[in-house]
Amino acid sequence: MLNVFWFILIAVLFVGYFILEGFDYGVGMIYPLVSRNDHERRMAINTIGPLWSGNEVWLITAGGALFAAFPFWYATLFSGFYLALVLMLVGLIFRGVAIEYRSKMATESWHRIWDILLRTGSFLPALLWGVAFANLLQGVPINAQMNDVGGFWSLLTPYTILGGVLSLLLFLAQGASFLTLKTTGELRAASLRMAKTLLTSVLIVALAFGIWTANLPTLDHRATYDLLTGLGWLSLFAARWMIQNRQQWAFLLQSLMIALSTSGFFVGLFPHVMISSVSSHDDLTIYNAAANPYTLHVMTIVALTMVPIVLAYQVWTYWVFRKRITPQEHLEY
Amino acid sequence: MDQLGLARLQFGVTTVYHFLFVPITIGLAFLIAIMETIYVRTGKEEYRPLIQFWGRLFLINFAVGVVTGLLQEFQFGMDWANYSRFVGDIFGAPLAVEALLAFFMESTFIGVWNFGWDRLSKKVHLLAIWLVAIGTMTSGFWILTANSFMQEPVGYQMVHGTAQMVSFGALLTNPQLWVEFPHTILASYLTASFFVLAISSYQLLRHHYPDLFKFSFRLASIVGLISAVLVIVVGDLQATHLETSQPMKLAAAEALWNTTSQHAPWSVFAIVDAKAQKDYAQIQIPDMLSILAYKRLSGAVEGIHQVQAQYVKKYGPGNYVPPVAPVYYTFRLMIFAGTAMLALAAYAVYLLKKSRFAEKRWFLRVLEWSLVLPYLANSAGWIMTEVGRQPWVVYGLLSTAHGVSSPQSVSATDIALSLSAFALVYGSMAIAAIYLFRKYTFMGLDPTTNQPESVTDKDILLAGSKS
Repeated sequence: MLNVFWFILIAVLFVGYFILEGFDYGVGMIYPLVSRNDHERRMAINTIGPLWSGNEVWLITAGGALFAAFPFWYATLFSGFYLALVLMLVGLIFRGVAIEYRSKMATESWHRIWDILLRTGSFLPALLWGVAFANLLQGVPINAQMNDVGGFWSLLTPYTILGGVLSLLLFLAQGASFLTLKTTGELRAASLRMAKTLLTSVLIVALAFGIWTANLPTLDHRATYDLLTGLGWLSLFAARWMIQNRQQWAFLLQSLMIALSTSGFFVGLFPHVMISSVSSHDDLTIYNAAANPYTLHVMTIVALTMVPIVLAYQVWTYWVFRKRITPQEHLEY
Repeated sequence: MDQLGLARLQFGVTTVYHFLFVPITIGLAFLIAIMETIYVRTGKEEYRPLIQFWGRLFLINFAVGVVTGLLQEFQFGMDWANYSRFVGDIFGAPLAVEALLAFFMESTFIGVWNFGWDRLSKKVHLLAIWLVAIGTMTSGFWILTANSFMQEPVGYQMVHGTAQMVSFGALLTNPQLWVEFPHTILASYLTASFFVLAISSYQLLRHHYPDLFKFSFRLASIVGLISAVLVIVVGDLQATHLETSQPMKLAAAEALWNTTSQHAPWSVFAIVDAKAQKDYAQIQIPDMLSILAYKRLSGAVEGIHQVQAQYVKKYGPGNYVPPVAPVYYTFRLMIFAGTAMLALAAYAVYLLKKSRFAEKRWFLRVLEWSLVLPYLANSAGWIMTEVGRQPWVVYGLLSTAHGVSSPQSVSATDIALSLSAFALVYGSMAIAAIYLFRKYTFMGLDPTTNQPESVTDKDILLAGSKS
């Protein structure tokens, strides 16, 4: 029971992480494309200014929960995807520092350096998460000692690259949509145009990736997966239709798409956590990769107490910073 | 270097680097929270730019602490997969609790604090910085709970070759935790105090807002003195605890090759020759080690050879001696830096009467340079603690060599590649951080320059005309 609970909780943490950091990775990638001057670039960065570090903790918590509840999954996954994770971490490190440091000097060359790092640092995780998740569904070469022996290049197949493109586009669209909600004037107009184009391409790639996934031999619970991705396409389609006049609803529908596709992934994987392409005997499941029942029990109590509190104050933060960023505003970043 | 050596080097380098930014975060959040409490209670508006000044330095530091912390969490799985499998359900739990209980809190409320100056009431804004201060401290508590298990495993049982948790309470009451946690937190307050002292001295020497920087100087010297005294008291308890928990580390820290007589002298300084297993040019204080270890005038302290013999009996053949020279020297470096900080803080407090400190320019100059002391002490302390634990990754249970990831998953080349990548990233970040620290310190509170990017009328017109 608790094994299932923790699998669901980790899925929830990833859903939260992808929705929240989805838009701030998106903003980090497209702000140079939708702004015409440095002031507008700063306005765009300030839309995520007070929120991004709180968002990133969703990843840190997901990582911690993975370690605590499924230590064997954590160990095999993180050592197996070693170089990809190094790339992602380098990206995340540069990104966090770039947001904080970019505005600390007024010279153009200083801004240019941090712009490059912020863009790259948002791009790498946005792309790599799709690649990683697609690999988990497709299966990776895990041997009897629970070691992934594939190496970096084996992570890249046409299917996993398509997965990467999908997450990249989803997050880009999410970022563009977020900017239409949080800004005014020309910056907002440019973001709106961007969001419309992006939503069309996400729809196409999501369709292709969804159909491909539905035909993977490794997929469990195919019917539920089909239902979830189907609903995902519908919400994305609705978002595309609504973005012109109702950006709030479009943003929510896009978030719903991220939630549905992420849950689709976890449903498709369940009860596996990592599928071995060598032999099904070497698959990691929520049972053989888990911590002992006592740890799961303790952690369940902690999670049930803390998660509602965390959610409450994070919602409060979003409420405090709900206003649009205007050109007249004092910009922190 | 082989795969294991590279993995160890990567862990050591990234951890010490991460810990350059952590203590100052913990301590400075606390000092800023005190300053803001005084600001809210007295209603003195002139304190606000001062608090924002320290807040900027805090954030420059916090950003690097957070992002390097991410790597810390991930690299257990990346480089130390077998270790993660071995202790996963014990070690992972405090990490997860840290994220849920502490990290969410500090990261969320630092955003609220930084952006909330004009959006929140003074009291809610004050609450935000206190939540950050409590969050960073709680964060330290859970990380050290995990680390204490590696130093002194408790609350577990061995099942099929892995350690399983049987008592969460035992993890939280680990005696190692209750010497390690206060020592680390107090060291963080001491670090931040010297940070504030050094920068306030810099500003006082240049007559920048002397009233404001006198205020932060006063606060930091008092907090600094209290924490210097306590950090030494707790540090002493910690060393005493080693006598029972890790006698090998204590022997190595003293470069004590053979068990001493009943009246053990403390070695102030010696040249350690680990190959010949001898120490040269000893300067010693008679009976001092007995006093430190047992709190009485006599008592023999076990030597490396004797502990090694016991460990061979207990754990089987093998070499259980950690690298002695680094442990010995870092231990002394920490003690000397700590003592120097105690003396400086005491003198600063002595000068507080009638604010005489502002006239002692030579002392302010010394304080500017004393900023290096807490960094030396903190890094040395961790090197001593972690190198002294070798060859164990979990003391007495799992050797470091067995904890590393399988070379089939993570090759030496992989680690070498990542190590060079992180060296590059960390190096450039250090340069940027130091550059900004200097810039913002030199800039001080001058309202015409302290916000280089504040919106000018021209900006507004420009943006307005195009929208």
